[in-house]
Amino acid sequence: MNWLSQNLHIVGQLLADHLALSIPPILLSLAISVPLGRLAAGSGRLRAPLLTATGLLYAIPSLALFVILPPILGLPLRSGATMVAALTVYGCALLVRGAADAFDSVPEDVRLAAAATGHSRWALFWRVELPLAGPVLLSALRVVVVSTVSLVTVGAVIGISSLGTLFTDGFQRGIDASIVTGIVLTVAVAFLLDALCVLAARALMPWQRVRA
Amino acid sequence: MNLFLEAIQWILDPASWTGEHQLGARVLEHLAFSAAVLLAAALLGIPAGIAIGHSGRGRGLVIALTSGARALPTLGLLTILGLGLGIGLEAPFLALLVLALPPVLAGAYAGVESVDRATVGAARAIGFTEWQVLACVELPLAAPVIIGGLRSAALQVISTATLAAYIADTGLGRPLFRALKTQEYGVMLGASILVALLALVVELCFHAIQSAAARRAEPHRTTPRRAHARARERTHR
Repeated sequence: MNWLSQNLHIVGQLLADHLALSIPPILLSLAISVPLGRLAAGSGRLRAPLLTATGLLYAIPSLALFVILPPILGLPLRSGATMVAALTVYGCALLVRGAADAFDSVPEDVRLAAAATGHSRWALFWRVELPLAGPVLLSALRVVVVSTVSLVTVGAVIGISSLGTLFTDGFQRGIDASIVTGIVLTVAVAFLLDALCVLAARALMPWQRVRA
Repeated sequence: MNLFLEAIQWILDPASWTGEHQLGARVLEHLAFSAAVLLAAALLGIPAGIAIGHSGRGRGLVIALTSGARALPTLGLLTILGLGLGIGLEAPFLALLVLALPPVLAGAYAGVESVDRATVGAARAIGFTEWQVLACVELPLAAPVIIGGLRSAALQVISTATLAAYIADTGLGRPLFRALKTQEYGVMLGASILVALLALVVELCFHAIQSAAARRAEPHRTTPRRAHARARERTHR
């Protein structure tokens, strides 16, 4: 506790950095994965290649991806943008499959009924498919939220500052309190963002009692 | 793109395999270490998971463990154990075991639980003993999902074993961290590419094993993708 009170401003700054690195990739991967997942669910031909490709991306170790992505994207190694890009890749790797499963869960009858009552394809997507896919999509998103928050810390070993910096610093200087603070805060941030997702889903899908 | 050329040249350069970096030894270290962790996780997790799935008791524990483990930052676990246990292989071994256990446990539990109760009842009705039910009915039918759990654990372990070099100087993370210090970006990239390839090869091997198990469990119906999806559903929710 003593260590924490003396380093409160540093911890606060790292916490802010951590949030700034974890929220954009979550939103980006959601924005990219929903259309891709819909595409995979709707088409028999695209499904297998899309899901296999995103599944293999997930197999790449995070540290390796942090190093491989910058030269591909023309980014510097130690930058927030690298981190956001890499975490978006992971987010999509999990979410594209989740979104495909979510759109698969929309009953065909409902889709046909909506088409028969004159919904355009666009209206069908926004007013029928997306709301009905919501609950399954949410559970996939929650996995992405928690794993993204945890993965951000790995960037600390290549020098991208986040709560993970508390691990590398604490390890090099032999301060247990620093590492423990980092672990507790990372888990707390993960659960907090997860809870926010659930609350947002309740507000957006009031007809659905969201399962915890 | 120059960097990629440099990285590939470094991988293909025989000196990288014999000289300072000893790539062959690093790859073997990486694989052996990961395999040891996975074996330990399987020895602990599979019997426990099977017992939970078979009896239906302790289900809440598995769910809490798997969702809790996902939030736990790997690097934090590695460094705190590193401080506690000192430099060496013990800390990363323990940290990786903590990471590998939940998916293995969840896979074994979900696999046994997903076996159709009517099938189990039928086996009992024709006079199978409880052990025979387990060994001849539940396990073969659960195998694809159990292997699915091992597959996610293996992925996690191979990936984190790279990070383990941060405290134990072993495996393919070793050239990566060394090059990070000396700012040899080509070497870093080369090591990263090797790790990624290794992970992909292991993933494909597990995919093949899982497909074989699925064909054996349900020769007429289940495609490996569906079994995998089911395993993911159980372990990820």
